Amino acid sequence: MELWYTEEHTPDVRFSIRVERQLCSVQSPFQRIDIFESKEFGRFLTLDGLMMLTEKDEFIYHEMIVHVPMAANPDIRRVLVVGGGDGGTVRELTRYPGIERIDMAEIDGEVVRACREFLPQTASRLDDPRVNLLIEDGLKYVRSRENEYDLILVDSTDPFGPGEGLFTREFYGSCYNALREEGILVNQHESPYYPDYTRSMKRAHRRINECFPVCRVYQAHIPTYPSGHWLFGFASKGIDPLEAQLYRWERLGIETRYYNPELHRGAFALPNYVISELKDDA
Amino acid sequence: MTMGKSANRQENMPLAEALERYRADRVVSFDVPGHKQGRGNPRLTEFLGKRCLSVDVNSMKPLDNLTHPISVIREAEELAADAFGSKYAFFMVNGTTSAVQAMILYACRRGDKIILPRNVHTSAINALILCGAVPVYVDPGVDRSLGIALGMTPEAVERAIRENPDARAVLVNNPTYYGICPDTVSIAKLARANGLLVLADEAHGTHFSFGEGLPVPAMRAGADMAAVSMHKTGGSLTQSSILLAGERVDPGYLRQIINLTGTTSASYLLMSSLDIARRNLAVEGKETFSKVLALAEYARGEINRLGGYRAFGPDIAGSPGVFGFDRTRLPVFTREIGLAGIEVYDMLRDDYGIQVEFGDLGNILAILSVGDSELMAERLVSALQEIRRLKRRDPSGMFDHEYIPPQVVLPPQEAFYAKRRSLPLADSAGRVCGESVMSYPPGIPVVAPGERITGEIVEYIRYARDRGCRITGTVDPAAESIQVLEE
Repeated sequence: MELWYTEEHTPDVRFSIRVERQLCSVQSPFQRIDIFESKEFGRFLTLDGLMMLTEKDEFIYHEMIVHVPMAANPDIRRVLVVGGGDGGTVRELTRYPGIERIDMAEIDGEVVRACREFLPQTASRLDDPRVNLLIEDGLKYVRSRENEYDLILVDSTDPFGPGEGLFTREFYGSCYNALREEGILVNQHESPYYPDYTRSMKRAHRRINECFPVCRVYQAHIPTYPSGHWLFGFASKGIDPLEAQLYRWERLGIETRYYNPELHRGAFALPNYVISELKDDA
Repeated sequence: MTMGKSANRQENMPLAEALERYRADRVVSFDVPGHKQGRGNPRLTEFLGKRCLSVDVNSMKPLDNLTHPISVIREAEELAADAFGSKYAFFMVNGTTSAVQAMILYACRRGDKIILPRNVHTSAINALILCGAVPVYVDPGVDRSLGIALGMTPEAVERAIRENPDARAVLVNNPTYYGICPDTVSIAKLARANGLLVLADEAHGTHFSFGEGLPVPAMRAGADMAAVSMHKTGGSLTQSSILLAGERVDPGYLRQIINLTGTTSASYLLMSSLDIARRNLAVEGKETFSKVLALAEYARGEINRLGGYRAFGPDIAGSPGVFGFDRTRLPVFTREIGLAGIEVYDMLRDDYGIQVEFGDLGNILAILSVGDSELMAERLVSALQEIRRLKRRDPSGMFDHEYIPPQVVLPPQEAFYAKRRSLPLADSAGRVCGESVMSYPPGIPVVAPGERITGEIVEYIRYARDRGCRITGTVDPAAESIQVLEE
């Protein structure tokens, strides 16, 4: 018997992984949650059939969403994670002793439950005493906060489905309002390659630009995401990630498998076609 | 789609089912429409879909004829009448405008008087132009803080009847665009006791007959006819509507009146959408509208907690002229943050990708339906919060009312057909107007034919246009000049 998981990256492009067995399948009020086990990628989580993470390559995404802003400002104390129910982002954050509090607003409690049970690799640090887990719509939570966070990480699904509200101008504006003077917002910024994702990327970029004075984009190579080429948005009220004193981060002695200070600088160097897509206002 | 006869008659959709049979029969057509189930227009077929085009057909024996229904359309209309609790129901394919006009054309001949509030939709004023009826306007009263017109009080209607014993009919908005209902039960009782027909513009109240905790639907309140805009909150296709009529109405004569201006090629897409929407309302309406109501109340509470905005609701009931309020509606008063409703309306669409139903000078109106979720409502709330944070201004000097009481000089028909000439708007104060001028939506004329143009009206139109309202109704496409009567 052969069992394959397939995601359609476009109507004409498919990505498949041979599945050993299915560990979990839940229909929550928001989405369908599945966790599989595979030889090649270990366990992996999909939401509404779309790949969220695999045990084999999740370190890339989670290191890149966390360590870039943390290196840009190692004095970050209060962090909000929007989404991120698998716990991988929180796991990376808890490695910083300077962080005092991590609030996490995840809309779907079922995702957290499933990951706690079947994906301890990412969910293991959700019990850290600094973590305050809120099962709530991120958009609703953020608009109730003002001048409270040094860093907001938007670790969301794509902008089709429950994550849609996290790609809107009202969300980015509310984030601005919830951040302190030195505040940074990092979000998963979709992909520049396939047109559907490019459109989401451009829209997100334009809207963040309308809300924040500093807006940059950096990239990572994530093998299991559509095209493998994934972007992150870095927005702040003033801090420029390219002027970061990266030696301060190195002194923290945090061991990483993907991120390093050289890569920090390099990640912001984008291919010409991506630069031109981001400039294009349409 | 459920086919065949069901135990619950309201599960049936005779017209939609007849169309399904027609499609399955694969009839070769040598009649109109010329696109022949879409084959003759592949581009259109690709755009709208094959299934859609295959039932865009001409009336024929098995599919009945709207101008003289005797089989499946008649059955569908009877089911609709049952669902709404009225004696008769007429499918309308030229919008609720045609339903409002049919009511008035039925009730009034040239010179007959009709009692109505002045904050009626332009379709009612246009019906007066068509048939030559003479309006007797009852002041609907204005909410002082919101600046919006309310509903007629029974006392004011009684006075109008006493002063005009020859009046033929009274027309009520049940509800207004903002969701405000007058005491339609008392007004209907009064009018009927005095031999007047009771007509209801229920364009925004289709759901009243099906939900719980909503205002009394007009037919149940004692109206003789009600125009219900199925496409607004009932789920049918845009432009489809239903005219309800009670036992005091002669259905044969009303059909003739409808046919005076009605098409002889009624769209089966529109009619079948009425049939299916009626089924959904009758079978699932209660559940649907309880969800919509909960969502509207949630959004109202959240918006009111933001501060600066006033998402008004049942709290405005109690003023004279406000007997009931449709709690599924979500009007938001914006003037306190220094922004006209139309400005907030434009910002929501242009900056936040959120489309609401309308914005006028002091309010926006959001309409919620079964298609909305809490996450979507959250976007509206957050966007309003952002607009307040970023765009708030000093509200002093803003135009503070939507309604200007009319000075009627001539009946609408006489004025519309009189010798007219064009004057720049700025020079028109003091003249008698020869056309209707309105912001659309909501489509309530600021000035109607036969009314005196005042300085206040000129200022209102100028102000509304400056803020971004679309001014319509005038001969001049730019609405910079206005038709006035020769002196």
